[in-house]
Amino acid sequence: MKVSLQQIINELELSEALPGVGKDRTVSGAYCSDLLSDVMAHAQPGDVWLTLQTHQNIVAVAVMAELAAIILTRGMRPDPDTLEKASREGVPLLTTQLPAFEAAGRLYCMFRRERGEC
Amino acid sequence: MLREFPADLHVHSALSPCAADEMTPEALVRRARSQGVALLAVTDHNSAANVAAVMAAAHARQVAVVPGVELQTREDVHLLCLFGELETVLDWQDAIYRALPARKNREELFGPQWLYDVAGRLIGKLDRLLLAATSFSVEQAVAEVRAREGVVIPSHVDRPAYSLLGHLGFLPPELGVEACEVSRRADPAEVRQRFPSLKHVELVSFSDAHRLDEIDRPRTVFLLEQPSLAEIKKALEGRDGRRVTVRGLPVN
Repeated sequence: MKVSLQQIINELELSEALPGVGKDRTVSGAYCSDLLSDVMAHAQPGDVWLTLQTHQNIVAVAVMAELAAIILTRGMRPDPDTLEKASREGVPLLTTQLPAFEAAGRLYCMFRRERGEC
Repeated sequence: MLREFPADLHVHSALSPCAADEMTPEALVRRARSQGVALLAVTDHNSAANVAAVMAAAHARQVAVVPGVELQTREDVHLLCLFGELETVLDWQDAIYRALPARKNREELFGPQWLYDVAGRLIGKLDRLLLAATSFSVEQAVAEVRAREGVVIPSHVDRPAYSLLGHLGFLPPELGVEACEVSRRADPAEVRQRFPSLKHVELVSFSDAHRLDEIDRPRTVFLLEQPSLAEIKKALEGRDGRRVTVRGLPVN
């Protein structure tokens, strides 16, 4: 079961830091962590990644772990270097005012609904 | 003439709330000296308020002191920041204080923050909360320290918590740091193998002592003409015959 990144953008009312990048990507799950070493080790390819970290290393981690997109939570804005790198690498960079708990909760409901579980 | 300087450039005084009360400037210098430390840096969390006291205590014992502080960046990464002069670390401290949240320390949660004067007398406690992140990013911190002709050594990079590799995954090549610290029980060769981004930096190892008995025989030895930050910088870059070597782990 997969959803498109566009569906997630709509559902969570995300802002696109790089408008149009990767909206047609399919997303298979989500991972929440602010430790990049943990994300490198445990996120699954196709996940969207919810984090507070805005450092440019998040782009490299997203590319390496083959993540579908990065969602910066609680109003965090990407550093200029991060934005530039994400643009160069074609990594979708989304932002929300929602704290990670609520963003993850909404995503969880969305995935369950798509699976017909609720 | 080049000489060997066994070094411990990461020691906390009783100013760090997590350090033991026994870490007075006088006692920690005495312990360092007895363990053969010739080059010492006291690097308290986000403050250099005890550096002058440590320098005074060390002066009487022929131990050279590098003024320093352990900064916490907004990514919760700990960075050792080392400077050539006391005035410079104090100027950096002012910038750090402006970048810290204006909150008071809660001693029952974090511990007391003891302050000492240059005569080694206890003069009170620092009120502001030191165990917090500043608003500096890792990049901003490195730029600020370099602008003050200082050196940044990311702390205990092999550990998962409060470390550059733990929190940011790998060493950003653009950062251009000369060296990283591995924790006192880590094997530099093993750490280098585990983290490929460390390939081109020197690795050093200091005690990160929070108690007196954690200051032990230095594993890191600098080959320098004199015990100054400029010379340390040369050693970390391997220039003019200056070098740094790290002993492997003692066999248990």
